[in-house]
Amino acid sequence: MSLWFPRLATDRVLRARPTDRPFVLTLTESNTNRVYCLNVAAERQGLYRGISFSDARAFCPGLVSMPARPDLEAQFLTVLRRWALRWCPWVGREGRDGLVLDVTGSAHLFGGEEAMLREMRQRLARTRLSVRIGLAETRGAAWARAHYGEGAALADLPVEALRLDSDTAIGLKRMGLRRIGQLSATPRAPLTRRFGPGLLMRLDQALGYQPEQISPEVEPPHYGVRMTLPEPIGLESDVMAAADRLLTRLCDKLRAQDTGARVLCLTLRRVDSHAQQVELRLARPMRDPARILPLFQRGVSQVDAGFGIDQVRLEAVQVEPLLSEQLNSTGTRDPGRMNDLITRIGTRIGLDNVRRFLPADSHIPERAFIIASAAYSQPDSNWASPHPRPVLIFPPEPIIATGPRPPEHFRWRRMALTTGRATGPERIAPEWWLDDPNWHSGLRDYWRVETVQGRRLWLFHTPQNPGWFVQGEFA
Amino acid sequence: MRADLLWVREGWRSEQLNPLGFGGFDPARLIMAETREQTETLAVAEEALRDGVVAMVALEITAPLSLTAGRRLQLAAQAGGATGVCLIPEGMGSNAAETRWHCAPVFDRDDSTLQCWRLIKNKSGTLGSWHVRWDAQACRVAVVPPAGNGPGSAGASD
Repeated sequence: MSLWFPRLATDRVLRARPTDRPFVLTLTESNTNRVYCLNVAAERQGLYRGISFSDARAFCPGLVSMPARPDLEAQFLTVLRRWALRWCPWVGREGRDGLVLDVTGSAHLFGGEEAMLREMRQRLARTRLSVRIGLAETRGAAWARAHYGEGAALADLPVEALRLDSDTAIGLKRMGLRRIGQLSATPRAPLTRRFGPGLLMRLDQALGYQPEQISPEVEPPHYGVRMTLPEPIGLESDVMAAADRLLTRLCDKLRAQDTGARVLCLTLRRVDSHAQQVELRLARPMRDPARILPLFQRGVSQVDAGFGIDQVRLEAVQVEPLLSEQLNSTGTRDPGRMNDLITRIGTRIGLDNVRRFLPADSHIPERAFIIASAAYSQPDSNWASPHPRPVLIFPPEPIIATGPRPPEHFRWRRMALTTGRATGPERIAPEWWLDDPNWHSGLRDYWRVETVQGRRLWLFHTPQNPGWFVQGEFA
Repeated sequence: MRADLLWVREGWRSEQLNPLGFGGFDPARLIMAETREQTETLAVAEEALRDGVVAMVALEITAPLSLTAGRRLQLAAQAGGATGVCLIPEGMGSNAAETRWHCAPVFDRDDSTLQCWRLIKNKSGTLGSWHVRWDAQACRVAVVPPAGNGPGSAGASD
């Protein structure tokens, strides 16, 4: 059985905002705005697909138009494909506006093919979708009937109904072969020599001499479970018990797919149909219910139960692949406890605020490291620093001094300091390939200045733009 | 993933730790938590201390610590068996603290890692003062006699 939705794009839009006026969807292709899909009223005005939009507006001044969204249309077709699973388990897509169903063996469940067709048409009409349905023994014949005449015999249909490209169809017409019946009566060898094997393959597929499969699409796994309660609950322990049961089911699903949850969302619906959400972001993908459950404790304790909660839904919003790991006895520390701690801290201050340092390839002091989220990065011990660096750095603070040598006496942060020993200079040039406003003053000569008062400071002098600054402090 | 040190500080401060200046300590062993305000800092530190999975928790505070907050941190550290170090601005110590130290760098002609560590509060012992230097190769501090005062540390009992 083949379903063809000739006005899928406009029907999708008009379902939301019905109109009786001529309506078109336009799509810009190769710099021309053309009509992509149109409703019945627009067709009556003499418009057709592919006409340029300015012409269409000239023909029909009251035209309503919107830009076409092929991505939403494909999404809509996916929804229709899921809906079509109610008729039979074998549903595939046909192009961008059709479905193909293998109803062999399932038609009797709906009272035979006629009753099934009638019900299908009724349901689609109720959703304001125009459809043409072709029912035949083969996929090719069903397609032909859907597109070129629903009740007609296959032999009477034009040759285009065999899913041929336009060159082949025109070539056949020039030879006087207009109907499929004429084509099948023609000797096969000259046809193959003239048009290649594709033509006869299509013919055989339509007539059933050659099989053609419907490949049903794989349903993407759905990581959501829910539980409806006969009586509303309000105690925190009860909610946690419900979450425990849901987690066990969800984690079984995750285990079957070899994935782990990264973000979990627990939705608690109250009797007054308010819903509250508890979101849990994990530091590592996990699927162990016993470890995830205590992490929900903090979020659940903040929920306002109102008159009680009667529906609990748990969904893994973000999942990541998590392969099984071999546990061994030589691992000294359990890495899971650290991840749990990061998760718990993350629920309080935000998971992105738990960070770690990672080395970066730059000789500019403030860019020699990057700060990454601890949950989304691996530690890296590959640190190399040929010169001593201060333990604390801050934005440069100017001091009053002149000359290329560090000053004997200077004031910094209201402290009078005397230089005891100065080590340097270490010249660092700005990275010219990056436009960093902090480095517009040019080269920097870094000095390590140990003051008699104790403080060990990191000073720099900018020879191209004379000035002295303090940028860091050693331990 | 393993870490030995959790550093909790408020995220708005412009002063920044520089991992290249840690002098022998591997920055991969450090996890930083940046909070919005001091209440969060204390909560995160308490959580980590109570868990005990990190060996040491360092927290920087900007306002005086109340007696209750100090005591809670202490109980959490006892429960988890971790060490907590609270970096306080001058004069903002909590009475609940077990010990309080004053650390300051000291100028020295031949060494640039010399520091003076003074124990200025001790609930279960005497006060003292030590001159220490950082040994980057061995990754530990070494007690040295203070310059000019002869052998022995100033009032210290090892």
